[in-house]
This record gives sequence, C-alpha cells and structure tokens, in this order.
Amino acid sequence: MLYKLPALLGIMRSRGIARRYFVVNGFDGALTMLGLITGFQLSQSVDLVVVINACLGVAIALGMSGVSSAYISESAEKRKELRELEQAMITDLGESDYGQATRWLPFVIALVNGLAPFLIAVLIIIPLWLGHWSVALPIAPLAASQLMALVTVFLIGVFLGRVSGTMWIWAGLRTLAVAAATMLLIALLSPRI
Amino acid sequence: MVNVKTIILDVLKPHQPDGLVFATAVAEQTPGCRVSLSVLEVDEKTESISLRVEGDNISYEAIAAAITGMGATVHSIDEVEAVNVKASSEPG
Repeated sequence: MLYKLPALLGIMRSRGIARRYFVVNGFDGALTMLGLITGFQLSQSVDLVVVINACLGVAIALGMSGVSSAYISESAEKRKELRELEQAMITDLGESDYGQATRWLPFVIALVNGLAPFLIAVLIIIPLWLGHWSVALPIAPLAASQLMALVTVFLIGVFLGRVSGTMWIWAGLRTLAVAAATMLLIALLSPRI
Repeated sequence: MVNVKTIILDVLKPHQPDGLVFATAVAEQTPGCRVSLSVLEVDEKTESISLRVEGDNISYEAIAAAITGMGATVHSIDEVEAVNVKASSEPG
C-alpha cells in the first residue's frame, strides 16, 4: 500500500490537505507549548517534573485530538467524494484506486494531523527532559524550551514560505511575530505572583 | 495464433488520474506497445476519452483491468485489428 501512497494522494488531491493539516496543527502544537512554557516561566519556581507532565499531557491530547478529528472529518469527506463520483460514473468504484484511497487516506491524513503537533511538542520539551536528567544546558531548561519553540515556529514559517514561493525569511519572521505576540499577551494578562 | 495488434476503446474516466498518468499506466500493461489518448468530452466530474493501443500482442484483459483499477469504465470497443500470425513451424 505504501508504494501506492503518492498515486492515491494524487488522485484524491490530498497532498495539499495533508500539508495544510501538518502546518496548521504543527503550528498549533508549537504555539500551545510556547504558551504553556511561558506560563510556567512566569509562575516561577515550578518543579520541572510538573512542567514536563503538563507539557506531555498537552502534547498527547493534541496528538489524539488531531488523529481523531481528522479521521472522522476526512473519512466522511472522502466517502462523500466517492459516492458523488460513483453517481457520475454509474459504477461501483470500491475496488478501484478511488476505493482504496477512500479507505486509506483518512488514516494517513489523520496521522499527519495528529503526529505533527505531538512530535513538535515533544521536540520542544526535550530541553526540559534534559534538565530533569541533569544534563548541563547553556541556558535554563524552560528558557531552552522556549527557544526551541521559537525556532520551530520560525521553521514552520520557512516551510510555508517555500510552499507559497515567497521569501522564506519573511515567512519565518511572520510566524515568529505571531509567537512573540502570544508571549507578550501571556506576559501582560498573567496575574503577578 | 491470433494476435491483437490494435484496439480503440471508448472510456469514461474521472478527471484524476490525468491523461498522462492514465496512458502511462495502460502502456505498462503491454511491453513495446504504443498508447494514444484523446479527450472527447469533459464533464463536471468525468471525461470521455478515446484510447488507442497498438502492439504486437495486446492483452485486452490486462488493459481493461488497468482501466477499471484507475476508476474508469470501458464503454465500448470501437475498433480492433487482429492478425493471424503464421507459426514458423507450420508448413507454408
């Protein structure tokens, strides 16, 4: 089935959908982690284990939410597309590439949608784990995680810039500006300890 | 032995896969064959095409399986050229 995946993605025009899901939910994961870590940073003297558990819980929840929501919506959409095409063709397409695509692509898209925020979130909390395991870091674990989140957000912007054919540095800086605005809002709205 | 040399099929196909992919997939069924595809009519979700396959010994079953595998249907066989090839061992 894997060797057929590019062709199946092509006939159902799902490449763009998978890419969109990856960016939207990946960005969601990175920004959520940034917000969470910034919140902990402002709270001061929070135990690192508490931060790791909270971040991991959110990462898993984002992943599960991404997988389940995308699977439910994509399988419904793909079934609708297949039914409409079958009506136009006046034939059963269940055994054709279209039938296979209708059965398999919702899984693939759901995995992209769920894994993107989960893996990005895990990447962002790696410095927290390293700090917990007493690995020496040049900066504090929370600050390192924040930096990792900002780099990830910037890279997602660069990826978008490459997809749209615009200048990558501007696209990266634009997503970075969103992250900076998020941090600023959290800092302004958080109650002082 | 009778070999089918040319088949022209009237096919209804979805817009995807496009003509290039479609013709290539059909050509993969018969080594050394020549496939030409002409779009006759385009509708909202489907297109009617004329598919001409030429080769030394074409397998209609293989071509039809490739066509249906891509979600298309053969409406009619519009033209066939079959040749009775004289085997070399047969007396003149």
